[in-house]
Amino acid sequence: MNRSLVQRLGFALLGLAALIVVVPILFVILTIIVRGAQAIDWEFLVAMPRDGMKAGGIFPAIVGTVLLTLGTAIAAIPVGVGGAIYLAEYARDTWLTRAIRLAIINLAGIPSVVYGLFGLGLFVLFLQFGTSILAGSLTLAIMTLPIIISAAEEALRAVPTEFRTVSASLGGTRWQGIRYIVLPQALPGIITGVILGMLRAAGETAPILFTVAAFFLPRLPQSAFDQTMALPYHLYVISTQVPGMPAEIQYGTALVLLALILSMSTVASVIRSYYRRRRQW
Amino acid sequence: MMTGEPKIRIDGVSYAYDGKPALHDVTLDVPANAVTVFFGPAGGGKTTLLRLINRLNDLVEGTRMSGRILLDGRDIYAPDTDVPDLRRQVGMVFALPLPLPGTVRENVIYGLKLAGVRDRARLDETLFRSLTQAALWEEVKDRLDDPASALSGGQQQRLCIARSLALEPKVLLLDEPTSGLDPISTGKVEESLFQLKQDYTIVIVPHSVQQAARVADYAAFFLMGDLIEHRPNKEIFTTPRDQRTEDYVTGRFG
Repeated sequence: MNRSLVQRLGFALLGLAALIVVVPILFVILTIIVRGAQAIDWEFLVAMPRDGMKAGGIFPAIVGTVLLTLGTAIAAIPVGVGGAIYLAEYARDTWLTRAIRLAIINLAGIPSVVYGLFGLGLFVLFLQFGTSILAGSLTLAIMTLPIIISAAEEALRAVPTEFRTVSASLGGTRWQGIRYIVLPQALPGIITGVILGMLRAAGETAPILFTVAAFFLPRLPQSAFDQTMALPYHLYVISTQVPGMPAEIQYGTALVLLALILSMSTVASVIRSYYRRRRQW
Repeated sequence: MMTGEPKIRIDGVSYAYDGKPALHDVTLDVPANAVTVFFGPAGGGKTTLLRLINRLNDLVEGTRMSGRILLDGRDIYAPDTDVPDLRRQVGMVFALPLPLPGTVRENVIYGLKLAGVRDRARLDETLFRSLTQAALWEEVKDRLDDPASALSGGQQQRLCIARSLALEPKVLLLDEPTSGLDPISTGKVEESLFQLKQDYTIVIVPHSVQQAARVADYAAFFLMGDLIEHRPNKEIFTTPRDQRTEDYVTGRFG
C-alpha cells in the first residue's frame, strides 16, 4: 500500500470516529427539540402541574432548579475560589497540601448518589435542616466544589509568576498582587470552572433525591427550609413513576432542562471570550 | 576612592538555594549616586545578590542566607523591616520587559496605587516625571491609555524603569535590563542611566563586558559565587589585579 493511500484511510477512520461521537448527540438533541416543542407553550412554563402531573405546567420545577442552582452558587463560589487561591498562592508544598489536592481530585470522581447520601446524613438528619432547599443546595455545593477548585487553581497557576514578582518589587503585598493582577487575569478560567460546576448541579438528580426534591408539590417554596420540585427529578418521576404520562410532557420537560443548561454554558463562553479579548499576554 | 557613607553595605553575605551555595561571604560597599556594575560569567551570583538587596528572594522557598545587608546603615533583614516599604525604596528592573496587564498609565502608577496614593494631580505629575526620566515621555505622551503590551520591546523596558522610578526609590537595581533589546534601544536605556545617577544609586548587572565598561563608575567581578575584585571602573578593566578578572575582561572565557 502506498503512503498517501494509508494517510487517506487514516483520515477517513478519524473522521468516522468524530462522526460516531457527534451523530448520537445530535440525534438526542433533535429528538428532544422536535418532540418537546409540541408540549411547550406559555402555560407549560408558568402554570402548576394538574391532573397528577399529566396536564398543566412545570413552573415549580423550573423555579426549584433555578433556586437550587443559585443556592449552590452562593455556597460553593466563595469557598471554592477561596480554597483555590489558598492552594495556588499561599500554601507551601507539604504532604498536607498534597493530600488536600489528591482528595479534591478523588472527590470529583465520587458518584453523585454518594453525595446525596452524605447530604442526607449531614444536612437533613444531623444538622436537622430537613428535606429542604438549604440541605439540597449545600449537598450540590459540596459536589461541585472539586470542579470549581481544580478549575480555579489551574487558572491561577496559568498566570505567569513574573507578574507576582513585579508586583512585589513595586511594594505590593502578596494579597495586592493577587487582587490587582492575578485574579483579574485568572477570571475567565475561574468563571468557566464555576459555570461548569453550576451546570452539573442544575442537571443532577441523585444528590437532590434525598435532600430536597419533592415528588409532587404544586406550589412555590416559601423559604430555604421548604422542599421544592426540580427539573431533573421531575423528569425522572414523570418518565418512570407515573403510568399513562403523555410523552410530549416528558420531552417538553427535557427540552426546558436542556435549554436552561445550554443557555448557562453559552453565557459562560460569552464571558470567557470577552475577558480573553481583554487579556494582554 | 570612596567618599562618605556607602548607600548599601553588603557585609559577609553567603546564600544557598536548596543547599546549593550561590554566594560565599561577599563583602562590598555600593556608593551613592553612582553606577555600580556586578559582572562576570553566568552562575556567578550577580542576580542573586541583586535580588537580595530588595528581598525579592523572600518569594523563593528553601533558601538560606547569612550576613547582613545595610541600606543607609539599617539592616534590611532585621525582623522589624517593612518589606513592601523596602521594595518601594529599592526598585528593580528585570531582564525581560515585564509590563503588567493594563495601560501605560496604569503600569507607571501601579506602585503608587498600592501604596494608597489616590490624589489625581500627584499621580499625573508622577506619570510625567518618571516617563521623562526614563526617556520615554516623548514617545508615549499620546498613548498613555493604550495597552502597555502595544509598545515596542525597548519602550516596554523603559516603561518598566519609569514604573520603578514612580516610587522615587533611593536605589535602582537593574538585572540585565538590555538583554532583550536591539542596540538602539540599548543606547537609549544606557543614556537614561547616565541621567538617573544624578539622583539615584544604581546597581546594574550588565549583559556584556562592553556594557559593563561603558556604564560603570564602580565594578565588581563575580565568579562562581565569589567576589573576586571590586574597584573603580578604569582600573578593573585596564589593569585587573586578579588573573581570573583579566582572563574574563580580555575575553579568554565566559
